[in-house]
Amino acid sequence: MPFETLIWLLPLPPLLAFFLIITFAYRRNSLSHGLAIGAVGLSWLGSMFVFWRALQSEHLAEHPWSAVLNWIPTGDTWFQIGVQADPLTVVTLFFVAWTILMIFIYSVGYHNYGQPRGVHDRPGLPPQGAEVKDAHGHHHRVPSIEPMYARFFALVSLFAFAMYLLVVSDNLLTLYIGWEVMGVCSYLLIGFWYAKESARNAAVKAFLTTRIGDVFMLLGLAALYALTGSLNYRAILGNPQVLEILASTISPVAGLSWAALIGLLLFAGTVGKSAQFPLHVWLPDAMEGPTPVSAMIHAATMVSAGVYLMIRFFPLLSAGWMPGEPLTPPMVAMAFIGAFTALFAATIGLAQRDIKRVLAYSTISQLGYMIAALGIGAYVAATFHLVTHAFFKALLFLASGSVIHGMEHGVYHTDEHVDPQDMFNMGGLRHKMPVTFWTFLVGGLSLAGFPLITAGFWSKDEILTAAFQSNLPVFITLGVAALLTAFYTMRQLTLVFLGQPRTAAAAQAQESRLVMTIPLVVLAIFALAAGWVGIPASFPLVGGILPNWFEAFVGSMLGHVGEADHLIFTPTPLLVSILASLGGLFLGWWVYQSQRDRVQDVLAKPLGGLYRLWQNKYYIDELYQLVFIRPALWVADVFTYHWLDRKIIDGVLHGIGRLGLAIGHGFREFIDRPLINGAGDAVADGTHEVGARLRILQPGRLQVYLLIALVGILIIGLVLFSIGMV
Amino acid sequence: MIPLSWYLTFSAVLFSIGLFTVLARRHAIVILMGIELMLNAVNINLLAFWHYWSQVRGAPQVNGMVFVAMVFVLAAAETAVALALIISAYRRHHTVVVDEMTLLKG
Repeated sequence: MPFETLIWLLPLPPLLAFFLIITFAYRRNSLSHGLAIGAVGLSWLGSMFVFWRALQSEHLAEHPWSAVLNWIPTGDTWFQIGVQADPLTVVTLFFVAWTILMIFIYSVGYHNYGQPRGVHDRPGLPPQGAEVKDAHGHHHRVPSIEPMYARFFALVSLFAFAMYLLVVSDNLLTLYIGWEVMGVCSYLLIGFWYAKESARNAAVKAFLTTRIGDVFMLLGLAALYALTGSLNYRAILGNPQVLEILASTISPVAGLSWAALIGLLLFAGTVGKSAQFPLHVWLPDAMEGPTPVSAMIHAATMVSAGVYLMIRFFPLLSAGWMPGEPLTPPMVAMAFIGAFTALFAATIGLAQRDIKRVLAYSTISQLGYMIAALGIGAYVAATFHLVTHAFFKALLFLASGSVIHGMEHGVYHTDEHVDPQDMFNMGGLRHKMPVTFWTFLVGGLSLAGFPLITAGFWSKDEILTAAFQSNLPVFITLGVAALLTAFYTMRQLTLVFLGQPRTAAAAQAQESRLVMTIPLVVLAIFALAAGWVGIPASFPLVGGILPNWFEAFVGSMLGHVGEADHLIFTPTPLLVSILASLGGLFLGWWVYQSQRDRVQDVLAKPLGGLYRLWQNKYYIDELYQLVFIRPALWVADVFTYHWLDRKIIDGVLHGIGRLGLAIGHGFREFIDRPLINGAGDAVADGTHEVGARLRILQPGRLQVYLLIALVGILIIGLVLFSIGMV
Repeated sequence: MIPLSWYLTFSAVLFSIGLFTVLARRHAIVILMGIELMLNAVNINLLAFWHYWSQVRGAPQVNGMVFVAMVFVLAAAETAVALALIISAYRRHHTVVVDEMTLLKG
């Protein structure tokens, strides 16, 4: 079997699992998760094999493994599909395979496999818990199994297929297919508990918001195909002449070059998918879905797909740009939007109460980091942060799911009605849930960029270094964002795990099962170790102990040494990075260790209006409601329905109806009644009249009849005789 | 190579299932699904013949593909309209069972 066939096969097992589960295992829980985990396990195995082979092969960037098939004829040419494995694919495959596998295993525990069914559980609602009786006759409330267990595994399998497809694809066409299938899965999984109205709304919101970006992306795709006649990466990105022509021809829009225009259009797709400002609104609401979905789709993989697309198309986005020169328009847009989003989302994250929403905003913020890094040309740093972020954010989400589970256990135990996701109801969980605590701590420190030991530090430091050397405003924005990130991470850690329990439920929380904690431990190892492969050689003390494998491996994608200035070590960004991280962590702990109240945030009073602004997410949702949704509803309801449909179209129809009635009435009054009815009546009356007159001829006596007959015969005989016929 | 007749048999089976669904089921959305199934059976037929003809000619033809794309677009539009109708009928009559929608029966 040629090696390329294996790459073709990578996405297929999860797709197969999806179809098998929906056809045969829809009511069989253990079979459904067995199929799903087995399938992603196979894909994981294949990915690891590809990764291992890639480590051994040289010049993979120049000669990637690839295979192409003709798919759809288009007259004189074909739409081609194919697979390709180059260093970027392989690195992405690595983190996608690991996070997906871990999340699948975790989901078995998260959806309470092996627990009894709840009496009140209905499909479309989260499990409400079940009553069980123990050996002593005591009643306990315990978590109950998810009513739509198999449906969950079917949908995440389909999602895993789409992500693998997107990663191994060698062209924009199949990438776009994977991209859209993920959009559908995201919709279905956010709305997984569809009986909750908030979940339905969140699903629709996510689908529609990302669709805005996708339309632009499709336009970009069409433009690219029209100009180059291909959607293949190597044909476009690996061909300097094509890039040069695209960068030098002027498009009809605003004097941009075609490369810039297409770059901006593709970037719009990323803005939607990776939840960048102004299309970031869907991601926090997407937390309505089950936590494994939040971890997988809205942290580790799907939102990464947008950044992956930008990294993949970096040669096009930066066509005509060399390090040290002014940035191209798409890069300016990316640097600006990315840096702004990083800071913007971090400030909102400061004032959220829901444990998952904080993580959602941190995701938006970290994706902004990557986009900003690409915008200033830090290709390797962006890729590096993509990988480390996937690990530590998947870890954080899964750990938060574990915390929520522990809290739910406490809620069942105490029958106290508190929101198990509100951080202000927690506190002191480190003793109750030690594994969750330590893994959450690792993830949180990695997110905050705790120096030296965590993965997040190395990737974030690399981005800050690159920003410092090329663009000071971006550097300052990202530096402040790093400080805020460390602050809200420590806020979260302090509120959830440190101090004393603020509710009885938190005091009764319980550690999750092994099937949930083992994935946490595995991801925690990556959240630490994933950074060690990219330590810059020029870093003081520890630089050079481990070779900077990542830079060499992924950097080879660009062909030229785009980030040579990385080799020069400057202390400022490093100091900023360490100070921001440690300072933010310390401040977060210092401020929130005094939090006792479970209603009021200690910062709410000192910050006042600013806090309310952050808590309400800068009122962006309300703004969109006012500017887009209300007018759209108005157009639909008042304009289209009441005016257009009810007044004009119905008016015309009713007019035609009335005209018909009038014509009918006319016919009735002037033709039917006088003429036709009159004629009919006249015939009837005439008959009646004649009958009455002739009645006297019928007296009923035989003799008279005979007499009349005789007279008649006589008359007829006389007449015939008189005219001479006889 | 899979022979042409297999595709046609498959398509016929699919069409029959769709037809049965439309005739036998009472739920409006399931009936819609049946219609979609029939349309897709037609698509498979078109594609099978397209592929066959391409092989006979030895060169790829586009026509069959274009037909199928048209059918897809029409099916999507039709579904959108039909679903909107079903939803608005549901809002008015609180049922999606077609037998119970008897407004025109006098």
